[in-house]
Amino acid sequence: MKTETTLGFATALTCAMGLASAAHAEDQAMEKCYGVAMAGQNDCAAGPGTTCAGTATMDYQGNAWKLVPAGTCTEIETPHGMGSLEPKEM
Amino acid sequence: MTLPRKAGLGFKPEHFPAITETKPDLGFFEIHAENYMGAGGMPHAMLERLRADYALSVHGVGLSIGGPDPLDRDHLARLKLLCDRYDPESFSEHLAWASHGGVWMHDLLPLPYTAETLSLICDHVDEVQEHLGRRMLLENPATYVLFDDSDIPETEFLTEISQRTGCGLLLDVNNVFVSCVNHRQDPRAYLEAFPLNRVGEIHLAGHEEEELPSGPLLIDSHGREVAEPVWALYAEIVSKTGPLPSLIEWDNDVPDFATLMAEAKRASMILSGDHHALTS
Amino acid sequence: MRSHRDFARGFRESLAGGPAPQNATAQDPAEIERRFDVYRNNVAHGLTQALARHFPAIERLLGADCFRGLARAYIAEHPPRTPVLTEWGGAFPAYLADEPSLQSLSYLPDVARIEWARSRAYHAADSEPIAPERLQETATRAGTDLCLDLHPSVQVLQLLTPAGSIWASQQPGGPAPPRAKEWRPETLLIARRGISHVITSVVRSSTGRFVSALRAGDTVARARDRAGADFDLNAALLLLVENALIVGAGIETGDES
Repeated sequence: MKTETTLGFATALTCAMGLASAAHAEDQAMEKCYGVAMAGQNDCAAGPGTTCAGTATMDYQGNAWKLVPAGTCTEIETPHGMGSLEPKEM
Repeated sequence: MTLPRKAGLGFKPEHFPAITETKPDLGFFEIHAENYMGAGGMPHAMLERLRADYALSVHGVGLSIGGPDPLDRDHLARLKLLCDRYDPESFSEHLAWASHGGVWMHDLLPLPYTAETLSLICDHVDEVQEHLGRRMLLENPATYVLFDDSDIPETEFLTEISQRTGCGLLLDVNNVFVSCVNHRQDPRAYLEAFPLNRVGEIHLAGHEEEELPSGPLLIDSHGREVAEPVWALYAEIVSKTGPLPSLIEWDNDVPDFATLMAEAKRASMILSGDHHALTS
Repeated sequence: MRSHRDFARGFRESLAGGPAPQNATAQDPAEIERRFDVYRNNVAHGLTQALARHFPAIERLLGADCFRGLARAYIAEHPPRTPVLTEWGGAFPAYLADEPSLQSLSYLPDVARIEWARSRAYHAADSEPIAPERLQETATRAGTDLCLDLHPSVQVLQLLTPAGSIWASQQPGGPAPPRAKEWRPETLLIARRGISHVITSVVRSSTGRFVSALRAGDTVARARDRAGADFDLNAALLLLVENALIVGAGIETGDES
């Protein structure tokens, strides 16, 4: 066991709390947090989901679907190449 | 404890800043129960704040009261927790089903109206009211097909449920219009037969229209303004019943708060007997 | 309730692609399928939207069409077994990992794990951070037997891919994604600070092991020993304190209660 910790962790915690106190002073008002959440970090992504409404947007299709990734993944290079994408019949 | 006989709005989290800043004059807010069943965080923080300033209606979409399965005990427990925590002025659910064999479809599905389903639903409503320790409202559905084994008219079905269980009814005027147009029936005849004295809340919403060979197919989308014929039906109802708690529902393509307030304002004008509201 | 049960079973088969229920009618019977499509579509659209709300970065990475196709297959294999949609989707990361056509996108399941963990953190129970004086006082009395309770939202993900950096690159105004030569495993700390702010921090793997050990109830001393090489205790404590993630402190007695 390292000697400095036989006395415990009070000193390390004091240090952490001192460094963090500036962050703590940050306004935690709900509206402000909400503003942060809305600013683009998708904190609200997991928000409300249910509705008692129907939709006219057609998502249901009876025919086959080709599964071809075509979003931003095509711009991401991996050690195995650009992620060659094989279409798949569903 | 009942909802104020005023216009209310469905609560959307994106409107929270506008609501807390402007403290709009509204009778109540309504939430979907299932959106507030997480343990903590922002949803509850917002709801606590909202509840402190406004009457609250908790509107469930997941109980599957019209389904063949026993009511989900866990879900009933969650609803009880929510109702106990926020003590809403109203709790309502749908004349519909949403789950079967433990799988939830997450849509409000239609059912045949028969002696069998009537007694099943009455048992379910009894169970909900007993479990929550409060009276509930049951809402008429928007439907797109009928069933040839249905032998009880929807209005009679709802009247029976209300009489047998003591539950109130939530009259969704848009649903009346959507269903009647879809089934080539007269919405005024439907409302004639509807037990208006059992209505504890009204819903108003927008719908989409598609064309079928036989005529229009309306879809209850909650994605736009309330349609003119629905406002007209609403005014006729209010002239018979007097003011009722009246909710504007707008759940898809949610607009800014001012647009919702304009809809609520129009409902308020009708509630106060101002007939110019019909031609605005 | 035999007949209503049969009706519901048949209706579900109709939703899943079978013909409309036998007892369904309409003024013009030729329109029954088109009318029933409204229900098929409501279910497919509603659940696809719900999945997209949980996994926005996956939708961006794959594109909307591909995501919809995958969502449809996922819905068929893992339909919701809960009326609470925010609780549905936990099997999606593993589903992506098993999908043969996505094998070249090795980071995809990890990005999905991050998004799911963020959802969990967003909805986790509330817990106030411990008062500094109490923490200080307990730490002084505890010596090396100090235990820390962490906020219920705290989760550690030890990932084999740089999925944290990739996730960040998919956020509005995010940095560029890592390049192939920067490819390395990442450890993430995901938690909620206060009411609404979900943090998603790439941390040293030793910090991840330390936090996981605290989470499992180890004392700070044991957690530090488990953290392994390159562990920076001060940095790890600062991370926890500044995000208000220490919600309680205790002293381990002979046999932990």
